[in-house]
Amino acid sequence: MTLDAVLRVDRAGLDLPLTVEPGEVVVVLGPNGAGKTTALRALAGLLPLQEGHIRLNGQVWDEPPRTFVPAQQRRVGVVFQDYLLFQHMSVLENVAFGLRARGTPRDAARARAMTWLDAVGIGDQARKRPGALSGGQAQRVALARALATEPEVLLLDEPLAALDAGTRLKVRAELARHLRDFPGRTVLVTHDPVDAMALGDRLVVIEDGQVTQTGAPREVARHPRTAYIADLVGLNLLRGKANGTTVTLDTGTTLTTVSANSGSIYVAFPPSAISLHHVRSSEPNTWLATVTGVEQHAHTTRIHLDNGVSADLTPATVADLELNTPLWATVHPESLQTYK
Amino acid sequence: MRALLLTVLLVLAGCSSQEEPPRTVTVFAAASLTEAFTTLGKEFETANPGVQVAFNFAGSSALAQQINQGAPADVFASAAPANMQQVGDAKEPVTFAKNQLEIAVPKGNPGKVTGLANFADESLDIALCAEQVPCGAAAKKALAAAGITAKPDTLEQDVKAALTKVRLGEVDAALVYRTDVKAAGAEVEGIDFPEAAKAVNDYPIAVLGKAPNSAQAKAFVDFVRSDRGKAVLAEAGFSAP
Amino acid sequence: MRKGRLPVVLVVPAVLGLAFLVLPLVGLLARTEWSEFPSRLLSAEVGEALRLSLVCASLATVVCVVLGVPLAWMLARGDIPGRRLVRALVTVPLVLPPVVGGVALLLVLGKRGPVGGLLESWFGVSLPFTTAGVVVAEAFVAMPFLVISVEGALRAADPRAEEAAATLGASRWLTFRRITLPSVMPGVVAGTVLCWARALGEFGATITFAGNFPGETTTMPLAVYLALETDPQAAIVLSVVLLAVSVAVLASLRDRWVGG
Repeated sequence: MTLDAVLRVDRAGLDLPLTVEPGEVVVVLGPNGAGKTTALRALAGLLPLQEGHIRLNGQVWDEPPRTFVPAQQRRVGVVFQDYLLFQHMSVLENVAFGLRARGTPRDAARARAMTWLDAVGIGDQARKRPGALSGGQAQRVALARALATEPEVLLLDEPLAALDAGTRLKVRAELARHLRDFPGRTVLVTHDPVDAMALGDRLVVIEDGQVTQTGAPREVARHPRTAYIADLVGLNLLRGKANGTTVTLDTGTTLTTVSANSGSIYVAFPPSAISLHHVRSSEPNTWLATVTGVEQHAHTTRIHLDNGVSADLTPATVADLELNTPLWATVHPESLQTYK
Repeated sequence: MRALLLTVLLVLAGCSSQEEPPRTVTVFAAASLTEAFTTLGKEFETANPGVQVAFNFAGSSALAQQINQGAPADVFASAAPANMQQVGDAKEPVTFAKNQLEIAVPKGNPGKVTGLANFADESLDIALCAEQVPCGAAAKKALAAAGITAKPDTLEQDVKAALTKVRLGEVDAALVYRTDVKAAGAEVEGIDFPEAAKAVNDYPIAVLGKAPNSAQAKAFVDFVRSDRGKAVLAEAGFSAP
Repeated sequence: MRKGRLPVVLVVPAVLGLAFLVLPLVGLLARTEWSEFPSRLLSAEVGEALRLSLVCASLATVVCVVLGVPLAWMLARGDIPGRRLVRALVTVPLVLPPVVGGVALLLVLGKRGPVGGLLESWFGVSLPFTTAGVVVAEAFVAMPFLVISVEGALRAADPRAEEAAATLGASRWLTFRRITLPSVMPGVVAGTVLCWARALGEFGATITFAGNFPGETTTMPLAVYLALETDPQAAIVLSVVLLAVSVAVLASLRDRWVGG
């Protein structure tokens, strides 16, 4: 009953193993150009694989060079990034289209479509054209259209990206509820960590077509393993060699940690854990750093330092500092998380 | 091609209106005269060194219109007296040749046509010229003389179009001019019929009053009417006046 | 939109271009003897030629739509080898002198042509000198207008809507019918109108392939041409009638379908 896939497409440099259990929501998270949409198109049957396979319930959907089941014969539902609603049909006809295409008589198809529209909360918009809908409403129609055919696999491509911040919060919560209720397998691709954390049971992080980390959202958020994820979840990430409570970083600096480890490990800590001074303090974990950049956020100032570490300071603290000279950076050992 | 010729003619006419006596005779002639007059033109040039003969071949009615609109022609040779009469400027037109109708059939005569009587046969594909054009008017006269009601399948816009249909084998027979059958060569066979004598086309020729080169124009007309001219015309299928 | 003085370098050629297109029509109308107009219009030959013209142009347009829309679809969407070459071939009738087109049709569909011969021996059908032949000749000349117009619309349309339909289980035929075709409808209508107009004015291929016989193959343009030989005034009247009918039809279609 598992969706079991190995997606390889040379053109996009994609090499992605993927398994999804019934009822599970797997979020493929990655920067733009990582190959997320290519992966989704391959699952949908809009793009043949070059190598690998896609199987569901022992049924082969794609296994080059022998088998390729085209999109219209796969039981998939797709919510496209810009929804791709059919502009010349009413909202109701859009949702009924998949049922009609699969042979449901017109009246039955319309009744079922109406049920779905009610389920996503826009039954009152059924007669309108998609052009007359707001972004949030259109997203709901797209979801209803994808779910109406009761697919085995639901695919969502950046489902919230086209929405403004206010609508997004509400639609995200609704989407999470619908995905929880959906009995099939869901693959959602996004570059937004908040969407990924809120909607996914499991994250698969891809960068340049390759998987860099997988795991439950909490696990990924706490223990990032690449600079991209660390940046997404707002942590500084360093690598080094541990010997007891001493970690020698790749840059040569040594840090003292609370827990004892040995061998190659990750060290992560929030930017707010760093303090900067003109005078060297007697604290452990102090090193001389040069400022490479300054970014003003809402209530904090982010200072980028030369070893790839960022520090979040209050504007008042920054005002006291001379940023053009080397500064002493200090991070408390208790703020450091270490993991293999 | 025709437009190019006309342009050349106009340029030549423009040049020749200057100081030197004109060296070009410009002849407007009916399209059916193309082969015969081209031959005669070359011979005339050989006989009169330094003189050139420029032709404009087209339908007679179109030529008459062009002349009336001021085209710089020296000689007009028409396929019908009616078109000559349209040109007010023509000086003493004379008939220099006659053309008569002939039945044209595709090579091998698939419709087994023997005479004008076959034109009443519904089962044969027959092309005539439309009554509005000279060959159609002549055909009407000939058919009337023979007392035959033709059953044509198409009324072509000119004699060449009718001949094309025969050439491609799309019709079993058409009424065209004898000269056209000659010009078509081996692809088309001609069948003479007695009633053709009732619908003979006179070809008049005349020097035009406003001819830029009337002396040599007159010489060309005389050459056409000479024994040599008659021989060339006869070769093309025309009969003597 | 920014308003203001229009640049002279554009306005002068634009006005000249308009005058160039319109003046001949004005000339035609100016030379028409309106007093004779009604009687000529009601004469049997004119009615017959006009009826034949409208029937044949409309039938030819139907043929063009039935064959041309799928052809345009294949050119725009199909993954066929040598697509550029095929597209170039489709436009050949646009540049081919219609008379040559007519001869080419005769060579293939005529009595002695490879296809025409089969039609004759198998079905006893002969196209030259028949009304069906007129439709064939007009369709041959007019089809590229439709194909080019529809193909342009298809290429401009978002093919991802078709992908969305595929993921919903729609076959390619259903997708074409319910998604693709409605989205390119303005292009299809524009192409159909152009195609009809071209077929209505067709002369060279028609007279060459289908010949000229009143009531059967003499359409308005053929009648105009023959009338010019002997009765220019009649030709002018016929032309004005053709002009009026086509302008009326095109204007009504435009209001209804193209909205501009």
